[in-house]
Amino acid sequence: MTLFVLVAPSLETLKYLVLALVTVAIAISLSRRIAIQQRALRSRVFSGLIDLRVVRLCTATLALVSLLALLGLEVGEYPIPRFQAIKTALWNHGGEFDFVVNSLRFPRVVVALLGGFCLAISGALFQSLLGNPLVSPDVIGINSGAALCAVFVLTVGADLRALPWAAFLGAVLTASVIYILSWKQGVNASRLVLIGIGINALLASGITYLMVKYPIERVVAAARWQVGSLFGASWSEVRILVLGVAVITPLALLLVPRLRLLQLGDELAIGLGSRIEMERMAIVVVASAYAAIAVAVIGPLGFVALLVPHMVRLITGSLTGGSLLLTGFVGAMFLLGCDLVAQQLFAPTTLPVGVVTAALGGPYFLFILVRYNRAL
Amino acid sequence: MPYEKSHEMVNLQTSDVVLSYGSKRVVDDFDFAVPKGKVTAVIGPNGSGKSTCLRGLARVLRPTKGVVLLNGRDIHSQSTKVVAKQIGLLPQGPTTPSGVTILDLVRRGRYPHQRLFDQWSAEDEVAVRKALVVTGLDGASDEYVDHLSGGQRQRAWIAMALAQETDLMLLDEPTTHLDIAHQVEVLDLLRHLNRTEGRTVVMVLHDINQGCRYADHVVAMNGGRIVSQGPPGEVVNSQMMEEVFGLAAVVIPDPVTGTPLCIPGVVG
Repeated sequence: MTLFVLVAPSLETLKYLVLALVTVAIAISLSRRIAIQQRALRSRVFSGLIDLRVVRLCTATLALVSLLALLGLEVGEYPIPRFQAIKTALWNHGGEFDFVVNSLRFPRVVVALLGGFCLAISGALFQSLLGNPLVSPDVIGINSGAALCAVFVLTVGADLRALPWAAFLGAVLTASVIYILSWKQGVNASRLVLIGIGINALLASGITYLMVKYPIERVVAAARWQVGSLFGASWSEVRILVLGVAVITPLALLLVPRLRLLQLGDELAIGLGSRIEMERMAIVVVASAYAAIAVAVIGPLGFVALLVPHMVRLITGSLTGGSLLLTGFVGAMFLLGCDLVAQQLFAPTTLPVGVVTAALGGPYFLFILVRYNRAL
Repeated sequence: MPYEKSHEMVNLQTSDVVLSYGSKRVVDDFDFAVPKGKVTAVIGPNGSGKSTCLRGLARVLRPTKGVVLLNGRDIHSQSTKVVAKQIGLLPQGPTTPSGVTILDLVRRGRYPHQRLFDQWSAEDEVAVRKALVVTGLDGASDEYVDHLSGGQRQRAWIAMALAQETDLMLLDEPTTHLDIAHQVEVLDLLRHLNRTEGRTVVMVLHDINQGCRYADHVVAMNGGRIVSQGPPGEVVNSQMMEEVFGLAAVVIPDPVTGTPLCIPGVVG
């Protein structure tokens, strides 16, 4: 086991970090100033309402995401001349940097983007469904369920290819158990949260048990994975995420109008024609599936699913299909940004990205907690 | 503005319905046909099962015995979205999600009329605008519902129920937590909707005098059963007050409307 040596961050890195924080602050304050502008789109086969403000915000976020992605290709431990990495990744495949860029950095960037997208949307769905900003898959135990199964695979030394599937199974099983346990003539949101927290504690003790029981050399890999790390991301992991996002996202968008009804409370939702139990279950399944594929690939990364949806809601307000996608894009940007910080802050020592999301998320969690309690 | 909709009036009735929470029977022998095109007020003391009846009518609560019939068929066997085009429900003290504007809230009332690729039709837009105008909220539609005063918030919810464009509206204590001016405002609005658009209104009311004033039909409940029903002048009298509320009261004609006015007697 290597002993980590933390070197103080270089002045250069700090400068970039401060610049990034200032940009984020400016972006948030600017985005809140854009007026809501809604337009109806109608044709013979389709009609819908579109908020130009959300469209603008999505475009701006995607532009920032692209810039950040290019930056992600450029920086890293292995020295590559400026712009060589981008060239190698995008059009000039092969060459001396091919392995570093196309097998190490590029998949890592893409995994960060897709993982952030999934976690943020998962959190947004859970928070909207349960009407509570403190809920996210990491709080109610979905992530721990995935982690328990994955740690099991890691510690017993089973085939590593089974890991994503084990994590997925764990997340879906946990969601089902929580759902069944909180069923009492229908599912009540606060009961679901409390049971979820209990399950989370139970699963955490299960993980600890596995960590204590098995030999240290296997446990180390599990420990690192458990913090949430993008280290060693590969194209096969990208494939899992792309497939998952492509299947789940249309379902999530389909469920948004139903979720908007459930937000009004059960009685009104029934009155407006919602089959509440079926629809609530569908939303829980979709939200868990998002969390599961992300956790399967990058580990039970904390706080992304909690922090990003809350931040986006401060800007866009009510839940719509557009704001859900925006949450995903911001999540992608957030996770990639955190990963860059994790790689660069104490370079050449890299941190697992989970350390950075926790360092940012912890205080934010407290902030929400204080704010939410005051509002009550 | 005349009411454009022309389809038949909704026929909602119950036969021998028993409503329970768990093993606790709350409403028994509930036999009732909603008077079409009228304003009905359900009155009774606390715990008499008024709200439960409304929940039963609105298919929120499934009867443990008996059946609720919508246009002659069991309401629970029909598509809930189809039912939602005919019956609207405004429960008591609905949850307001934060960060939702009035416009956004009222739009959600259009859900039963929307389909997969038809999410915002011209009819949706017209219905929402009309609901906002009728409730006097068209100038405030971008305000956040959770920042509104009680009266305005209640109007926003009513606007949402209006946008649903149902012939029958079921409202559970639409005037609670409102001051007297706002109470009158809401009740005036409901009667106006009934008179001009022909919508049938059934509401649970706490205030008997308001019920007498605004309703064409009064249903008095006690102990989970309907004690008597009919026009206010026939139902509300000092004997009924004694039986249903256990209150000695004098009933005189309202000096303004001539409807019954209950005045509790003085003890000692």
